[in-house]
Amino acid sequence: MSTFVPQLRANRHARAQRGRRSSLRTWRWGDRLVLLGAWAGGLGLCVLAAAIVTYMGYRGIQYLRPGLLFTRPELSASQSHSGGFLDPLIGTVLLTVIGIVLAFPLAIASAVWIAEYGRPRWLARVVESSIEIVAGTPDIVIAIFGLAVFQLSILAPLSFTASGGGVWGKSFIAAGAMMSLIALPPLFTATRDGLQAVPAHMREAAFALGKTRIATIRRVLLPGVRANVATGVTLGISRIVGDTAIVILLLGSTLHIESQGGMPGVNLLRGTGSTLTSYVYDNSPAGEGNASQKAYAAAFVLLLLVLALNMAVDFIGRKHARSTGLGTGAQI
Amino acid sequence: MLERLRRPWPDHRAERALGAMSSLVCLCVVAMVGFVALRAWPTFEHQGLSWLGSGGEVDRQIGGMIATSVHPPASAFYVRAWPILYGTLLTTAIALPLGLGLALLSSIFIVELAPARLRRVAIPVIRLLASVPSVIYGLIGVLVLVPFVGNHVITTSEKTSVQNVVQLNGAGLAVAAVILTVMITPIMVALISDALSSVPVAWREGAAALGVNPMRATLAVTVRAARPAIVAAAVLATARALGEAVMLSMVSGSRSFSPKPVDGVIFFFEPLRTLAASIVEFAEGLGAPALRSTIYAFAFLLLFSAFALSVAGYLVKLPLRKYQVRA
Repeated sequence: MSTFVPQLRANRHARAQRGRRSSLRTWRWGDRLVLLGAWAGGLGLCVLAAAIVTYMGYRGIQYLRPGLLFTRPELSASQSHSGGFLDPLIGTVLLTVIGIVLAFPLAIASAVWIAEYGRPRWLARVVESSIEIVAGTPDIVIAIFGLAVFQLSILAPLSFTASGGGVWGKSFIAAGAMMSLIALPPLFTATRDGLQAVPAHMREAAFALGKTRIATIRRVLLPGVRANVATGVTLGISRIVGDTAIVILLLGSTLHIESQGGMPGVNLLRGTGSTLTSYVYDNSPAGEGNASQKAYAAAFVLLLLVLALNMAVDFIGRKHARSTGLGTGAQI
Repeated sequence: MLERLRRPWPDHRAERALGAMSSLVCLCVVAMVGFVALRAWPTFEHQGLSWLGSGGEVDRQIGGMIATSVHPPASAFYVRAWPILYGTLLTTAIALPLGLGLALLSSIFIVELAPARLRRVAIPVIRLLASVPSVIYGLIGVLVLVPFVGNHVITTSEKTSVQNVVQLNGAGLAVAAVILTVMITPIMVALISDALSSVPVAWREGAAALGVNPMRATLAVTVRAARPAIVAAAVLATARALGEAVMLSMVSGSRSFSPKPVDGVIFFFEPLRTLAASIVEFAEGLGAPALRSTIYAFAFLLLFSAFALSVAGYLVKLPLRKYQVRA
């Protein structure tokens, strides 16, 4: 994916304006149509985004009560008795933490290795294209791959086991591991682009002071690209928070967070649960719940989360650009 | 031991450790292809490639698989999945041109036309559109658009005319394609506007100096120079559209019915099912070996097309290097 910081020449736009105003009458009809279409398309997309946010906000305010955030979901046919979505909220947070914790070292190590070492050249190219393939793989395929892996009987201790002894392959660990694959590409790309944008004289200065490559990376380069890493992490989080397919297949999307085994902490990781996305899915007419008020309320919370993450990306990028004049590789 | 770890690492060891961690990603990809292919193998073994063809009702065939035993006979793998394939191709084929046109126009708007203040608003807003989770799009689709189409757009006479074949309740091709368009457009806007803004301004000035109007200069020079990026954006969007599962399973009617263009307007309201959506919908039945193999065969098909599109994206991006555009 690419950076979305159109380096625009300020005068380009001014020229276009002047030209248009002076000669619109002499334009061909085709050009006038494109002009109209471009304005309509650009404004239309903005209006559409505003409409979605406004509608979800309206429904959210209509149905969201603070109590919903702190009560557990209950099995009930009526929406006034089916409880809140505390468990899905916890599930979202837990899954995000697992996914990022697993993806972070992998992504940073690969980015550093590609940008700073990258030898042998063919292996670097293979690693880069595998990350691109992971980025292009649909989440549902990653989910079903995870199901195949975690249903292996060797990995049974990592997931929820049915009472008959059959391996379900569903647990927070399983879902989190696959979520880390979703979060990996943006984190990798942001970090790599940041490292590649660090001017060479920074490295040379560190080498001149007698630092080794790895010490340069740890003490000079990684602190320098902190903003890029933060952007990558934020993008990764918003991917994980918004993903549904992996949760449905690998987390079981059970009503409550069910733990497995006796060891505290570990039992939670081996257990099943749900997240906001799967809660929305299950409560929509597409799932079994058919409780649209609850779905709207949870979707509103989800949208607020995504909005906040978006703003965080913007904020980090703007702060970073002000201090260094470099982009953070924020993707659209 | 701890003391040794805390000391600064020698360079060569650090390089090897980092390289090993990076190779883990390759291993993941290999494992993914391997696992999915292995699980899909029985279907390919018993059916060859003929399961991609058409014949019979695919929903009934898949439903019958749930009842099969642990060691199913070869006949249990019988499936003709063309309606599902056709649904996938159809939604993508409708959403992609719509989205591409919209993305191209709005990229021109962002790069060339929008006043600076409007542009500062438009860019984050379109970025937001790209990051709205698919389940929210699905929710809006299933709770707002589907009832609207079902109650106000489809007439009663249209419903009764096909009631013996298929129920029209609004969920179907039209809603699915429209929402899919909205989902893939922002991705393309990001790539295309990037490329448009990195075309050297002198090229455009050259065209303007020859006396064409600004819009003609944009279309003939800027957009033309950015063609590889436009194709790359289209490829990426295709990958996204083919793999969209949750939204489509919510709004597309979840019935493996092939919408028929000869039905006229009703064509757009007929339900369908896509490859990715069917994986979500049949995931409950994965315990049955025949069904599992079929579902993994679907997944393998998606994986294969993602792979092919990734190669295609790489190939079309090659000419971009000439302009030193990174996309």
